[in-house]
Amino acid sequence: MREINVTQKLEKSKDFLRKLQEESGQDPGQCFQCMKCTGGCPVQFAMDYPPSQIMRMLQDGLVDEVLNSFTIWTCATCSTCTARCPRDIDIAQLMDTLRVMAFHKRRFNKAKNMRVFHTVFMDSIGSHGRLYEVGLALGLNLGTGNLLQDTDIGLPMFMKGKLSLLPHNIKGMNEIKRLYDYAKKIGE
Amino acid sequence: MKLSYYPGCGLSGSSKELDISVKAISGPLGIDIVEVPDWNCCGGTSAHSTGHFLSFALPARNVVKAEKTGCDEFTAPCPACYVRHFLAQKQLNEDAKMKRHLENALGQNFEQSDIKIKNLIEVYIDRFSSSNVTKPLKGLKVVNYYGCALVKPPKTFNFFDDPENPKSLEKIMDTCGAESIEWPYKTECCGASLCFTNQDVVWKNGRDILQVAKDSGAQAIVVACTMCQMNLDMRQAQINKKYKTNFNIPVMYFTQLMGLAMGIPADRLGFDKLYVDAKPLLHSLKLL
Ligand code: SF4
Ligand code: SF4
Repeated sequence: MREINVTQKLEKSKDFLRKLQEESGQDPGQCFQCMKCTGGCPVQFAMDYPPSQIMRMLQDGLVDEVLNSFTIWTCATCSTCTARCPRDIDIAQLMDTLRVMAFHKRRFNKAKNMRVFHTVFMDSIGSHGRLYEVGLALGLNLGTGNLLQDTDIGLPMFMKGKLSLLPHNIKGMNEIKRLYDYAKKIGE
Repeated sequence: MKLSYYPGCGLSGSSKELDISVKAISGPLGIDIVEVPDWNCCGGTSAHSTGHFLSFALPARNVVKAEKTGCDEFTAPCPACYVRHFLAQKQLNEDAKMKRHLENALGQNFEQSDIKIKNLIEVYIDRFSSSNVTKPLKGLKVVNYYGCALVKPPKTFNFFDDPENPKSLEKIMDTCGAESIEWPYKTECCGASLCFTNQDVVWKNGRDILQVAKDSGAQAIVVACTMCQMNLDMRQAQINKKYKTNFNIPVMYFTQLMGLAMGIPADRLGFDKLYVDAKPLLHSLKLL
């Protein structure tokens, strides 16, 4: 087992933890490790660290490990943990803020699919104002290399009139562009 | 009542049957649907996973547009979209810094937003009663599946229903004349948008939900969420293939069943858009 100097870790991660607390409005220090969040998490089996462990790692300043974790990317934002936490911590909000921070630091580690998906999704809105589903599916499959993902449901979807093959731009694209430019400008 | 309506990307595409059935039942219930003019995508999971500003600004633009239509209430039938718009309005009214950012970005000033943002269940629950029902859904046994987004987290969305054991769909199904079976998976998460990025989760969760529904003795699953609907209906064949199961459980929107109970013909309620055909079941119960 690896030994960790918690005092050093905490000192080094002070700024990050302050920012996390500010942006999420949540204090991981409040967690008393009852594990209720982990017990009810529907995605726990697919995570590398269960949510309660993420909380403990934050308390110990293991910031790199948390930002590199698959947990923050595969959390489904279902908020079951939040609804049940006896310390009233919005764990889902913390996961969300951690994801945003990892995204800005370009830390994706095992979350390649998520990186590609979120990027293609946001690009689609940036260029059309709405989601272009066929473009999303194509971009996702090309970007991840999973070329056959969901090709079995594409045809039935099309037959049911649920897929439009061409994108459709909204009229207020200038406003969408201003929002995107502004987000870039303020770095959020 | 004039209802500002945000279909979102899903309802104009992969969840068409929800759009169709909402439009079919609203008129007879005294609801006048006014689509949000030139709406944009709210950013879904991706916006709030990648930044703070756009996840607020994209839905906020829609809220501002809805406000201008003079409607009393606003709904986004997709729970994920509803959540984003609810939070955006809250931020618009309470988070001065974010509001200023939005005003700077668009070069306009915004007033307090008062339009009442409701989820789809809230829109109908007090407007639908047995006087609207002409063809009770006798003999239909269902489980109601709320999923997570509608009911959690409780303090944020002040939805009146219980986050762990909600009852509002039961009330609606009861009015429709269908029988609701109690089951433990009402608010389990289906995996939502992980269907794009980590399909194993969605298949496993979907399998568990379908299995418990079947074991509970339900003939069909009633849903209120587009993500739940797609993950259980469109992906039921994938689940069967992966787990060598043979589920054949129709997954219908509560609005489709309301329509049927109100005597609206099935072909005006989008039943042909479902992947698992609900018609054999409805025929066998003489509901079609
Ligand atoms: S439920 Fe709350 S207090 Fe309990 S382990 Fe999870 S975060 Fe900590
Ligand atoms: S919000 Fe994320 S961490 Fe919390 S229970 Fe849901 S999937 Fe698990």
